[in-house]
Order: sequence, then C-alpha cells, then structure tokens
Amino acid sequence: MDMTTQGIPTAQPYVPAKPATAAKVVARNVNVHYGEKHAIKDVNVDVPDQAVMAFIGPSGCGKSTFLRCINRMNDTIPICRVSGKIEIDSRDIYDPSLDVVQLRARVGMVFQKPNPFPKSIYENVAYGPRIHGLAKSKTDLDEIVTMSLQKAGLFNEVKDRLNDSGTGLSGGQQQRLCIARAIAVSPDIILMDEPCSALDPIATARIEELIDELRSNFCIIIVTHSMQQAARVSQRTAFFHLGVLVEEGETEAIFTNPREERTRDYITGRFG
Amino acid sequence: MTDTITHTTAAPIRRRVDTTSPEAQAGVRRRYRAEARFKSYGLLAILTAAVFLAVLLIDVVTKSLPAFTTNSLQLDVAIPADFVPADQKYNPAAIRSADYLPLMREALKTAIPGIQGRGPERTLIRLLSTGAPDGIRERLAADPSLIGTTIKAPLLLSDDADLYFKGAGTAITTRATRGTATPSDTTGTITITASGNEFSENLVTVKLALAELARAAITEADRAARSTASGAAERAADLRKQADELLAHAKDAASAELLDSRLPSLLVAINGGLVKITQLAADRIEGEVLLPLSSASEAKPGDWRVVTYTTPESARKINDLEVALLERFKTNGQVERAFNWRFFTSGDSREPELAGLRGAITGTALTLLVTLILCLPIGVAAAIYLEEFAPKNWFTDIIEVNINNLAAVPSIVFGLLGLAMFLNFFGLPRSAPLVGGLVLALLVLPTIIIASRAALKAVPPSIKEAALGVGASHQQAVFHHVLPLAMPGIMTGTIIGMAHALGETAPLLMIGMVAFIVDVPTGITDAATVLPVQIYLWSDLPELAFQAKTAAAIVVLLVFLFVMNGTAIWLRKRFERRW
Repeated sequence: MDMTTQGIPTAQPYVPAKPATAAKVVARNVNVHYGEKHAIKDVNVDVPDQAVMAFIGPSGCGKSTFLRCINRMNDTIPICRVSGKIEIDSRDIYDPSLDVVQLRARVGMVFQKPNPFPKSIYENVAYGPRIHGLAKSKTDLDEIVTMSLQKAGLFNEVKDRLNDSGTGLSGGQQQRLCIARAIAVSPDIILMDEPCSALDPIATARIEELIDELRSNFCIIIVTHSMQQAARVSQRTAFFHLGVLVEEGETEAIFTNPREERTRDYITGRFG
Repeated sequence: MTDTITHTTAAPIRRRVDTTSPEAQAGVRRRYRAEARFKSYGLLAILTAAVFLAVLLIDVVTKSLPAFTTNSLQLDVAIPADFVPADQKYNPAAIRSADYLPLMREALKTAIPGIQGRGPERTLIRLLSTGAPDGIRERLAADPSLIGTTIKAPLLLSDDADLYFKGAGTAITTRATRGTATPSDTTGTITITASGNEFSENLVTVKLALAELARAAITEADRAARSTASGAAERAADLRKQADELLAHAKDAASAELLDSRLPSLLVAINGGLVKITQLAADRIEGEVLLPLSSASEAKPGDWRVVTYTTPESARKINDLEVALLERFKTNGQVERAFNWRFFTSGDSREPELAGLRGAITGTALTLLVTLILCLPIGVAAAIYLEEFAPKNWFTDIIEVNINNLAAVPSIVFGLLGLAMFLNFFGLPRSAPLVGGLVLALLVLPTIIIASRAALKAVPPSIKEAALGVGASHQQAVFHHVLPLAMPGIMTGTIIGMAHALGETAPLLMIGMVAFIVDVPTGITDAATVLPVQIYLWSDLPELAFQAKTAAAIVVLLVFLFVMNGTAIWLRKRFERRW
C-alpha cells in the first residue's frame, strides 16, 4: 500500500452527533500502532446491540485492525500497540484485570478465509463449549452442537456426517461451520472479517441471509469490501480511510446521502 | 488500487517481444539447450549416485552373506552312562559343567575311523569350535534321560573349517589313472609304486611351478639389490642362490622332486585312504598317510586317483590334513549348513563362529531408549517454548543461533563433554548405555528442536487464530491444535535424529563403549557396546571370518536405519493433514 496522506485533506475524527441507544461496544480515541506505523487514528464509534454494523473502506484503511481490537486479537502481534478505550457493556476490555480468554469467549470471530480445525464437524463446533465447560454431559454437548449448526443453517446438510472432517466441506459450508463454531459458545458479539471474500455469489448470499437471521440475537460487526453487501446486511455503516473513521451512521443515510465528500467518492466508485 | 491523483496520459512506449528475427530464434535455441544441459547434469548426478549406492550395497551384502549361515558336523555323539556321577544326574548345573571334550573326540574318531596319534587327533578336534558342545549341553540339561544313549547332534565347526566350506579353502582337482598302483603299507610313511610313468604329468607341473618360483625369487632379488637397506645385498645374493637351485631342479626333467608347502599339494587317494606325496618321481611316490588305507593290496586302474589341492599349503589357513578330513566329512554327508541364529542370539566373542550381535543390538536399543526418553520431551518442549511463548529479543536470538550451531558441532566434542561431565564429574559408570544415551541426547537435541520448530512454524496461523477466536487460551490453542498438526513433522525430525544417533560412533568411543563386552547388557548401567562400535571393533580383528561378520553387522545396522527412516516416511504420509 503506497498511499500517503499527501494531497488529501487531513481528516477530522468523526464524533457521533448523538450516542446510539443501547450501544454494545463503545470506542473512544482508539489509536493503534504497528511499530512505527500509525494504523488507527483516534477512532470513536458506538456499535448498537442486536444489529449489524458494517465497516467499509479501501484496502489497508485499518478496518480489520480496528475489528481485531474488539476481541484483542491484536495482542498476538508483538509489535502492535493499542491505546484509547474500548468498552463492551461499559466494561473496559483493555483493563489489565480483564481476562482476555473470557473476553474472546464473549466476542466471537469469523475470519476472512474459512479456517475450520482439521477435525470432525462435530469436534469443530464442540471445541469451544468443551474448553469453557458449557456442557455438563454428552447429551448437553450434542444439543449445543445441533443448535449451533441449525442456527448457522448447516445442520441439514451435515447431520449424517458429523464425524467427517470439517475441511472436506465446500468453502461456503466451511464458513458456515466457522460461524456455528463461533456461536456455539453463545457470544454477545460476533466479529466477521470479510467473511464472504473467498466465497462464490451463492454461498455469499446464504451467509448474508444467515447474518440477517443472527442479528436478532447478536451484535454483529462485519468488515466488507463489497458496498452492496454492506448495504444489504447492515443497519449502520462506518467508512474508514487511512486509519481514520471518516463517517458513521445509518446505512441508508451513508449510501444515499453521505456527509463527507470522500465517502461519496468511495461509494460511487471514484476510488477504492 | 487507484487514488484521486490524476496521471499524465502520455502514450507509453510499447516494446514487443521479438519472436521472428534470427537472433531471437537463436536465443530460444540457446535457452532450450541450457535447459537440456541442466536436466542432463541432474540425471547424470542421480545415475552416478545410484551406481555408487548399488556398488556399495552389493559389495556389503555379498560380503556379509557367509556370516548368515554356519556349517556344523552332524555326528552321532555317544554319551556314556557315567558321564556325570549318578547322584548328579538330575542336576543341570553339574551336567553343564561336565567335560564335553572326550565326547567330541570320540564322536569324531567314530566318524573317521583310523585316525591315530596326538597330532592328527588334535587336528581333528580343532576342526570343531569351542562352542560345539553348547547344543548338547543344553539338551542334556533339559533332558537328563539322554545320558547313556547316543544322540545325533550338530557340532559347530571352527571358523577356518567353516570358511573352508564357504569357499575360502582350495580348489581340488582329481585325475583318474590308467595303470595299477601298490602301496607299501596302510599307515605312516609309505611308498606307492605305479605301473608305467603314471606321475610324469604331475612331475612336469611341479617343475613348471618350480621355474615360476625361481622367476619370482629373481624378481625379489633384483628389488633387494636396488634397496639401500642394510643386509639387502646379502638377501639378494641369498635369493639368487635359491633361484639357481630351483632352476636347476626345474631343468632336470627326469629327477625325483621333493614337494614342500610352497607348491600345490599332491595326494593319492587309494584303497579308501589318502596319501600326501612328499617325494615325487615319474613312476613312484613317497608320502605320508593322512587317512589310513584299508589294505596294502594292489589297486586296479581307475580305482585310485591323484588329487591336487591347487592352493599351496603355505597360502591357506587350513592344512592338508584338515582339508582331507573336511572333504571326508563332506563325502559322508555329515556337513550341514544352516542359518546362523547364533549371530543374533549371542554376544561378542573372540571366536568368529561364536560371535553374535545380540549384545550390540541390545546396547543400541537401550542407548537409543535413553536418548529418546530424554530428547523427545525436552526437545519438543523447548521448540514449543521458543516458537510460541518466548519473547522475541536478543537473548532468545542468541539461544536460537546457539542451537543451530550446536547441530553442527563435531560429535566427538560431545563425547569429550560426556567424558568430562558424566563420567568424571558425576561419576556415572563407564561404557554404560545410560551415559551413551545422555551423550547422544546432547547430539540429537538440536536436530529435534530445529525440526520441531520448523514443524510448528509450518502450521498455518489461521488454525491458532481460530482457536483463540473461540476463547482458547494461548496454551490451549498450541496444545490442542498446533502441536497435533505439527506432530508428524516432529516425529519425522525425531526419527531422523535418532537414526543419526544410531550410526554415531565417535562420541561413544570417548565414554568407553568401545570395550570388548561378551555379556548381553540387561540394564542401562551395564557395560555395553552398540552396533557401529561393534562394526568398528570387528573390522579391526585379524581373523578372516570377522570380515564377513563386519559386513553382516553393517547390513543389520543398515536394516535398522531403513526401518527407522521408513517409519518416518510412513508417519509423515499417514498423519499429514491438508488444510
């Protein structure tokens, strides 16, 4: 990524006009550095509960980095530094007394490339509940696995081969398996990092349907390159550019009547 | 991606790839030639390596084959009723400690009647190995009721006798005769008179051989004359004198000839006996009876033969009497060749026919066991820590560099370290598999750590992220997901490291595993040796039979290596996962 800030007016950090009601995730002045590189600059955003929020923006704008701050996945990168405040249900997740493992159990994640464990379909879904001790018995665990696969819309396709390897499924099925795995531990929030970028249009449509169904129970944050996808699945949209949150608001408003010129340029395809 | 900066739209210069000009076509041909050349280099290298490997394997295997069989005499052994005192008859210890030599001697004398005198008797008994009675001893101890009966038992031949049947003796030619022959007696020194000049043919051969010897002596004398060493002139003169004498004999075609051990041995088989010719004339011979004749009567034409042992007696390990005896056993059908189980069931010995690999194999197994028990957990744990948990800073960098360097340290240095630390400082026993295992563990650890780190690094990070994403702790992610996926690679690295340790000799020499150890070790603190050291020890021994033993031990070691590497490949194929 060779783009610099030269020639572009310095973006003003976006401050929401009015705090969203029932905000699940609240980020204030979040800055992320990768070594010398300042990847995220003073991001403030409120993510509502029981809704889908989409992060859009060109490659390298920091939307994935910001997403990974919400379940502290960036902790695994030694050179990554995060400052500012991110609260989930009014609890600072960067508080040293908070256990990051418990946080990640509450904030599930679905990755860009389907990454099922090279184990059976059953084991893929059962792993989370098992390590967190969510099932008291084998019957319990069976029920959790069945429920999760049903919610992920995969159960009917795999119910006869739960012991087959998860890696033997098609790409779209693998991604739904990953979603089932994420929801098996009943998280509050599901982070999705471009979940459809490796899938064909039909599989993408199924995942989008699924996201729409899951919205009623979870707070979903999705990073996407496809503006059509953002428009289809999300209620709120945030536009990132060069590490700055340029604009955030109701999806309809962003796409029909953006306040910022750069947002308009991006969604109309002038750059990106 | 594009950005908002507008580009100047000057038409770029278009350069097409030239495909038609002669230069371009020459360039294409040059490229093809270069590719073909490189491929042929590769093929040549592979073929050369294959030829070398084939030659090595064929050489080792053919040399080792004699060691895998053993010859014994199938004889009737009479066990006298008073062999052990009557009250000790059911005491296995007494049976085992009894003297079996008279039994062997009697059995041999029964098989070849007429052998008289201390000399021939001693020769006869020396055909047998000192371990020959072992089989009978165990049979009697197990079943004392055999005492007082005659049993048929295989008696192991000594190494030289054994080698004789494996082709390390002499070629034998037999010539039928046309006239009659009359021996003067049946034993001792006798003369045999033949009708006609029956032996003239042999006499000519002997004269030719004498001339050949004379020529050899002259060559040797010339070499001695050129030498500046003290006494060389005298030696040259001496050799010339010998050569002159030999030539004089050779030229005098009619004279009788005394045979000595430098010439092929001539014998006469007559009346069921065998006479070794000491003096040869055209119509009569004088000789020593090796195997007694049944009578001194005249032998009809065709009933007696002249036998030649082509290799001169001085050029073989086994004398004429021994050859005669062994040939007699062979014609009697009493020589039996069988698979050499003893090679795998007994320990080392100074007697080649008794020496076995069991001690070395057990020692190797114990040593490698100690190595594996130490190396695998420590190596894998170190690799996991360094790869997954250790902070990346200058200190861990130094550790990493040092591990890589340790893998390249000459193994003898580890041997010296073992000598200084384990033997001198900690006072552990010398020659023990425990110390050998410790030293080899030092040697193999870097290999295992490097291989394990590579295997862990090869697991895609998405698997770890997936585990972290559902709320697994770092350790859970590593132990539940990364480690199982890295396991085939770790196993492969470990087995290759262990195979490396299996063939290691130098460090074990330093800690005293080079000793001559007869007993099979029973624990990790017993004195022991290992396969490569056993090969090293045997290769140094003067007995001819140990050559085959050495080759056979190499074959066993190679089989071990192939099995281990095969297991590594199988594990990799079997547990390799795709994602």
